[in-house]
Amino acid sequence: MNSRARKLADALLTLLFWAAVWLLLARIVGQELLLPAPGAVLKRLAALAGTADFWVITATSIGRVLLGIVSATALGLLLAVLTAASRAARVLLSPLMTVVKSTPVASFVILALIWLQRDILPVFIAGLMVLPVVWANVSAGIQETDAQLLEVARVYRMPRGRVLRRVYVPSVLPHFRAALRSALGFGWKAGIAAEVLTVPQRSIGRMIFESKLYLQTTDLFAWTLAVILLSLVIERLMLRLIARAGRSEKGGAARD
Amino acid sequence: MIEGRDLCLAFGEKTVLRGQELTVPAHGRIALMGPSGCGKTTLLRVLAGLQKPDSGSVRVDAARLAFVFQEPRLLPWRTAAQNVNAVLSDTAATLPEAETWLRRLGLDEAGALYPSELSGGMQQRVSLARAMACRPEVLLLDEPFKAMDEALRAQVIETVAAHLDGAAVVLATHSEAEARALDCKIYHYNNGRFEA
Repeated sequence: MNSRARKLADALLTLLFWAAVWLLLARIVGQELLLPAPGAVLKRLAALAGTADFWVITATSIGRVLLGIVSATALGLLLAVLTAASRAARVLLSPLMTVVKSTPVASFVILALIWLQRDILPVFIAGLMVLPVVWANVSAGIQETDAQLLEVARVYRMPRGRVLRRVYVPSVLPHFRAALRSALGFGWKAGIAAEVLTVPQRSIGRMIFESKLYLQTTDLFAWTLAVILLSLVIERLMLRLIARAGRSEKGGAARD
Repeated sequence: MIEGRDLCLAFGEKTVLRGQELTVPAHGRIALMGPSGCGKTTLLRVLAGLQKPDSGSVRVDAARLAFVFQEPRLLPWRTAAQNVNAVLSDTAATLPEAETWLRRLGLDEAGALYPSELSGGMQQRVSLARAMACRPEVLLLDEPFKAMDEALRAQVIETVAAHLDGAAVVLATHSEAEARALDCKIYHYNNGRFEA
């Protein structure tokens, strides 16, 4: 068995194991209101996925969260460059990012509810979770760029664009990839949590909130499962995109 | 041409350069010799503008300067040919020129390989190819031949010497034979200065 097939077999076995544990617990509890069985949840998810509303709602939520993640990633990159270039920027931004990272999502949501419209708030919250992670990782990547290679670039008078493309970008790429890997998860979860708290129209968060409100536990599980599956798919797609962007620079730090 | 005037540099208590005077005109070749840690690399770094002296001045009258460091310092994510090409135009137009230099230094098959796939000696030759490909008017060499066996070293020195085209050369080395093979005037270290 090759390593890919073994990985797949491991993943399937793990999935089956936990599904069995879930099924067993659901049987022990014996009340769908408290803990629905995995089969019922999957059936409900399939039913939901057969409606146009489901796709409109998930697309809107994905759009909101992705807008927050992409904007925050761009801002994080920009601020990381600024931090590397200026000591003053580093001194000013470091405590700010620490505060953002340490503040509970719920506090931000409550505060932001005063300032922002419900529809925009999940965008803002998802971005807020992503920003410090991207900033910290990319800053570290820039700082850890090999000083010896930068000396070579200096001696040979390489143009700035080339130094950026050939030295900085490949050095920072693994840090950026690691940042996105964790930031996507954070951003997605925080964005959906913000939707649950602010219940904007056409949102997964609203569906989760309403499921809880009307004690439709199977729906709650089905929407939650949808969130998990979407998170996995989005993470895979984004990482594949980054890998493709970095493919022109193979080997060393930029090698997959 | 490269010129250092009254260069002084100390690292804490340790004085490395004490009023160093040095002029290497075009076509001039000198070799800096002395015990390890005496300041050969430091002087090269000062001449290249990578290290600021405490006092004194450096004048480099050259459009193109090349430095072969003790370590190969290659971009790990670029192939050998791409590493050489990175100091040329970094486009496909100059890639054949980069590959020619690799061939001259006996790296015919190495162009498409990444540094991690090359031995230390091969990496050092890529670094030399990079320096020579940019047709330097000033060439600074910091023990560039040390990772090579004797036969290869002689061959590489011969190739480098044949293509210097009037460059001013400063070679830091422990080997008098290398200095002579490259036809360098030898400067020995003496109490904070390299003197002929």
